[in-house]
Amino acid sequence: MSPLVSIAGLSVAFGGAPVLRGVDLALGKGEAVGLVGESGSGKSVTWLAALGLLPRHAKVSGSVRLDGRELLGAPAAELDRVRGGRIAMIFQDPASALNPVLTIRRQLCEALALHRDLQGEAVKAEAKRLLDLVGIPDAGRRLQAYPHEFSGGQVQRIMIAMALAGNPDLLIADEPTTALDATIQAQILELLSTIRREMSMAMVLISHDLGVVAENCDRVAVMYAGRIVEQAPSNQLFADPVHPYAQGLIGALPPLDGPRRRLTAIPGTVPDPAHMPGGCAFAPRCALAAEPCGLAAPSLALISDDRTVACIRAEASRRALLGIAAE
Amino acid sequence: MGRYFAIRIGRAALTIVLVVTFAFVVLRLSGDPALMILGPEAPPEVIAAFRKAWGLDDPIWFQYLDYFSAIAKGELGRSMRDGRPAIELVLERIPATLALTLPAFFFKVALGVPAGIYAALHRGSAIDRAVMMTAVAGFTVPSFVLALILVLVFAVQLGWLPSGGQDSWRHAILPITTLSLGGAAVLARFTRSAMLEVLGQPYIRTASAKGVPWRMVVTSHALPNAAIPTVTILGFMVGTLIAGAVVVESVFAWPGVGRLLVVAVANRDLAVVQCILLLVAMTMVTSNLIVDFLYGFLDPRLRAKGAHA
Repeated sequence: MSPLVSIAGLSVAFGGAPVLRGVDLALGKGEAVGLVGESGSGKSVTWLAALGLLPRHAKVSGSVRLDGRELLGAPAAELDRVRGGRIAMIFQDPASALNPVLTIRRQLCEALALHRDLQGEAVKAEAKRLLDLVGIPDAGRRLQAYPHEFSGGQVQRIMIAMALAGNPDLLIADEPTTALDATIQAQILELLSTIRREMSMAMVLISHDLGVVAENCDRVAVMYAGRIVEQAPSNQLFADPVHPYAQGLIGALPPLDGPRRRLTAIPGTVPDPAHMPGGCAFAPRCALAAEPCGLAAPSLALISDDRTVACIRAEASRRALLGIAAE
Repeated sequence: MGRYFAIRIGRAALTIVLVVTFAFVVLRLSGDPALMILGPEAPPEVIAAFRKAWGLDDPIWFQYLDYFSAIAKGELGRSMRDGRPAIELVLERIPATLALTLPAFFFKVALGVPAGIYAALHRGSAIDRAVMMTAVAGFTVPSFVLALILVLVFAVQLGWLPSGGQDSWRHAILPITTLSLGGAAVLARFTRSAMLEVLGQPYIRTASAKGVPWRMVVTSHALPNAAIPTVTILGFMVGTLIAGAVVVESVFAWPGVGRLLVVAVANRDLAVVQCILLLVAMTMVTSNLIVDFLYGFLDPRLRAKGAHA
């Protein structure tokens, strides 16, 4: 099956400092992929770059294809049709993501008018249907309201409704619940997965919350310092992480059941994009780093049918993990 | 809503009282009108009679109360120089001042706002830098310097335009230009920074992410938000329509309210000065009130706050 979106060698630099350093990622129709990593690892930038939403001074190279058509450098009119129409995006801070001086109706109908051939009353009816769908009570009347009259969770629901307005094939959810309370978080995630199933829409869930990703995604890609370092089906990644960084992330999670154990933190900090170490970017923080790690950056290599890892010490790393488990 | 504006109107009235009081005190502390108007050579009996006639011998608090009770009755006093009602002297000068300040206001907006928007949309470009350099120059050069430079170039060197007076429309060109350039510079800087602030907001990215073409992002998402801070500075400019041309009128010998003010202050013609200041305070305060109303119209968040206040 040909992928819906395929990203190859995507690189982004801000004023000479590389933030993305060759990202490769493919996404099938209807698939849910989680993108995890620390702040600054390039999760959001990957998709902002793919959709041409980065500021003009960002230098973007590589390739992003949607159904085989190149998006990077595509004419503005074509990108405008893709954004919202094929690929929609929702953001972290719902409070500032909606225009404060325009009514919800105006902002929803704008998206509908752009991507669907609806006129007059049909636009309004569809806007109301979308608000009902995302669970805004009294939708007909609430269309006249302004963003500040809704709570954070409701605004995120409206953002989702707006994203659905163009019937997209892919929804990028960029930390959609980070700014919300824990109970609201669960509701929003539930809403996202219900909608995804019903509309058979693909989703990329960007998060630094591994639990959220594990529950909602088929596949996970772990990013570190502007690269994907490991990709695997969710259950496999959490049961058996291979890249030392992925192991570190999962080792830092408290287990819900089983004996209590000491949580391990990854030593050191993420390297500054302007001063990337030569070779593997994680080597300075890696317990398993050997001399060759500092020489060349490892590329993603298949370790089984559906898993890739960018680590030359993958085998040693796997053994080390099994050794710990055996103890 | 009603209470929100009642508070604002009360505050506006208080502002006017304070301005008038301040003017009253400062003028009476800074020199004797009798000596200024009659001259130092005038015989003492004449000066004493003058002081008595205008109530200048009364205690200052008495004069103050007297003055306020007169204002309450709608009397703004008479000029000490020619005995005519002060308000008449001022009103007959207003058309001349508006003949300069109204066109200047138009040019400020027509030049400054588009220049600021353009500069913000092309941030860092050569045009942006040129607009900003011009704006800083227009912003920092005092209007009397700019006026003198214009006179030097267009009146003295080139001889194209008259350097002063009010005989024809050609006489108005240099004063209007002086007023427009400075104001346009202020507006361009303000509009540019308001636009840049708005363009960096997440909702602009949201609009782009849902496929709104850039031109529409600017017109229907960015401009309505950037209008809010820009309206503040526009309100301030409306407030200066009556007395915003004091320096320019003096340089170009233009017989407007500004020049009347300068002459009246020099003579300590108390009623005239107070009348002008009252008028200025009232236009300033009125334009501020209009700005407050406009905020409520432009920003639904304030409208809601007003309803609850």
